[in-house]
Amino acid sequence: MKRQMSGAKMIIQALKDQGVDVVFGYPGGAVLPIYDEIFQQNDIRHILVRHEQAAVHAAEGYARSTGKPGVVLVTSGPGATNAVTGMTDALLDSIPLVILTGQVPTFMIGNDAFQEADTVGITRPCTKHNWLVKDTDKLAEIIHEGFHIATSGRPGPVLIDVPKDVQFADGTYVPPKKVDTSRYQPQIKGDIKAITALVEMMEKAERPILYTGGGVINSGPAASQLLRELADASGIPVTSTLMGLGAYPASGKNWLGMLGMHGLYEANLAMHGCDLMICVGARFDDRITGRVEDFSPHSKKAHIDIDPSSINKVVHTDVPIVGDIGHVLEDLLKIWKSRGRKVNKPAIGKWWKQIEEWRAVNCLAYKQEGKIIKPQYALERLEALTKGMDRYITTEVGQHQMWAAQFLGFDEPNRLMTSGGLGTMGYGHPSSLGVQLAHPDALVINIAGEGSWLMNMQEMGTAVQYRLPAKQFILNNERLGMVRQWQELLHGERYSATWQEALPDFVKLAESFGAKGIRCSDPADLDDAIMEMIKHDGPVIFDCLVEKHENCFPMIPSGSPHNEMLMGDAETQGVIGNTGAVLV
Amino acid sequence: MSALNIKKGSSAHSAYDLKNPNADVHEAHTLTVTVDNEAGVLARVIGLFSGRGYNIESLTVAEINEEYHTSRITIVTTGTPQVIEQIKAQLGRIVPVHSVHDLTVEGPYLERELALFKVAGTGDKRVEALRLADIFRANVVDSTLESFVFEMTGTSEKIDAFADLMRPLGLIETARTGVAAMARGA
Ligand SMILES: Cc1ncc(C[n+]2csc(CCOP(=O)(O)OP(=O)(O)O)c2C)c(N)n1
Ligand SMILES: [Mg+2]
Repeated sequence: MKRQMSGAKMIIQALKDQGVDVVFGYPGGAVLPIYDEIFQQNDIRHILVRHEQAAVHAAEGYARSTGKPGVVLVTSGPGATNAVTGMTDALLDSIPLVILTGQVPTFMIGNDAFQEADTVGITRPCTKHNWLVKDTDKLAEIIHEGFHIATSGRPGPVLIDVPKDVQFADGTYVPPKKVDTSRYQPQIKGDIKAITALVEMMEKAERPILYTGGGVINSGPAASQLLRELADASGIPVTSTLMGLGAYPASGKNWLGMLGMHGLYEANLAMHGCDLMICVGARFDDRITGRVEDFSPHSKKAHIDIDPSSINKVVHTDVPIVGDIGHVLEDLLKIWKSRGRKVNKPAIGKWWKQIEEWRAVNCLAYKQEGKIIKPQYALERLEALTKGMDRYITTEVGQHQMWAAQFLGFDEPNRLMTSGGLGTMGYGHPSSLGVQLAHPDALVINIAGEGSWLMNMQEMGTAVQYRLPAKQFILNNERLGMVRQWQELLHGERYSATWQEALPDFVKLAESFGAKGIRCSDPADLDDAIMEMIKHDGPVIFDCLVEKHENCFPMIPSGSPHNEMLMGDAETQGVIGNTGAVLV
Repeated sequence: MSALNIKKGSSAHSAYDLKNPNADVHEAHTLTVTVDNEAGVLARVIGLFSGRGYNIESLTVAEINEEYHTSRITIVTTGTPQVIEQIKAQLGRIVPVHSVHDLTVEGPYLERELALFKVAGTGDKRVEALRLADIFRANVVDSTLESFVFEMTGTSEKIDAFADLMRPLGLIETARTGVAAMARGA
């Protein structure tokens, strides 16, 4: 069935055929024909954000919490450049997005036309792939291929730049089934020989560990299920990166907690001391490895990843397995079971004993005393009061983000949306709105720092306009806390530009947007205030005034190995070497 | 607060140990990359090299199949073995890239480059330039009373050697295509 229609109509048709129900966007001259089509239909909902960066983060929240691609529509020039941070964020965290940008008409490209930017040039390094569409006949095909590329293999953002004349012109619509996607078909099944080699190592390992990452979540719910089965049946301890939290449940018996720079003592020491590391969909990021030369020096390493370029990039892998996590784990379990479900039980028993000793250090210990709320305490109370609820968490970037990862438990995948790879302040608020749209009845909370939150505070307007009751839980230390912490530890307590004066009155700010504001400064009031926030049917800004100088521990300073962890203020003086100071 | 007293630098599997004792020796590799000949594809490849800090010694590109619109890019790059492996994996991730071959490790192969040299001069130097060109099997493709343009194909080393000889004889301009390469045999 071939159909003639305008490019603008074609875009809407293609989105419908891809099952898109919501688009996050912001209009402008170069996308007027598309907005006109949006106006004349009811299948696709358009959410008007207040800044294009927020459109992308909202789409990321939507995508991360549903497993479906997020869709963004912005205008040319400033619309596109404003979206660049979001695209880079999605690229680094492997979030599937389809971003449509308007462009000046083809005959004006290259003339420095009004609101012209070389969008495909600017976004080439921050998208998985991008296109400038010069012919309406190619538009539908490119959109469908875009969805295919965004969602298959290692997911990521794609951008389609559509000049205004291409939107106006008529062309032939091609439905998704008619589109050839053969040129991009990443390897899904892992090599059985390599998987068998890993099983053999698993059977003998004395101190094995599963080091899991965002790839497990990206692979889909089956992968998380298989990971649980593997861990629980084998008794192998599990740790995870920030991006992988929830793939294995925090309440699971094999759970060690998050690893890495602000990971748990027991998780990092187990990584350091293991003899078999099974990396599942993680990428040996520098926040994870610390000093690479000293990273887990006694282990054989297996790495399962859908992206061949992640393997052997940072750390040498003894058993590389390229494939989709779900498929590989399925084969791995099958082979392991067929060989009699063997593990080195006595050795693993000893391993767990050792881990329990590390765990007894209680690395997250803090003191809540007096009249000032400790940020950790606020999160512990939030965790206790929301446990068992249908809860989604987003975060901004900073100390609060790391405390959220340490003190909140995630029992399911797709429940934590956070900017891991890029560390984008301003991510959490718009992301929480995207999540809330996808899950209208769920409790969505953005754990924020006051600094980050102000970076996209304008999105309160979006929340109120669309009645998105996401809660903005701001751990307000009146400091750019994470940077302040580094200045304290690395730069002789010279607090350069990390104290924001003239912060807004967040309660009044909420009210000015037509939302609810709550302030809490006394630990004794905290539970009631949190309950008030949860019970309020609408957006809330919760201004939680917390201790201003709390540091986030444990901490592996940049350039240090896992077994040189800082555990608290008392031990920090002069511990960080100069080589670490040049690392970020 | 080190619970494990593991000696630093004791056996390891970090990437650093992949390097042999001559670890920082950069190897030159010749890669051939088949790509869809679509807008921006060369920019993607070059952007990858600049963005990730890889070296490009030489890069050539042209369409090789009109029907399927595929082009072949030949890249000579240098790096440690680990970096070379990364370059290949990263190239493989680019959507319009069909295949990546590392001719340097895949068996015997040919490398050819075309160069044009303009040599100006009179008298003995001019005669000597012509004599050397003959030895190197360079063709004269343009001549005036004061100059020659020599055309030459060969390995980069041969072209380097010829250029070295021409320099004192009045070499005033050089144009090189970069390397095109192909595996030997079928
Ligand atoms: C867009 C952006 N700019 C700068 C930074 C560097 N940075 C990382 S954490 C941080 C401080 C965050 O402050 P806040 O949001 O108040 O969180 P806190 O650490 O105080 O909990 C800064 C400036 C960043 N990650 N992102
Ligand atoms: Mg702060």
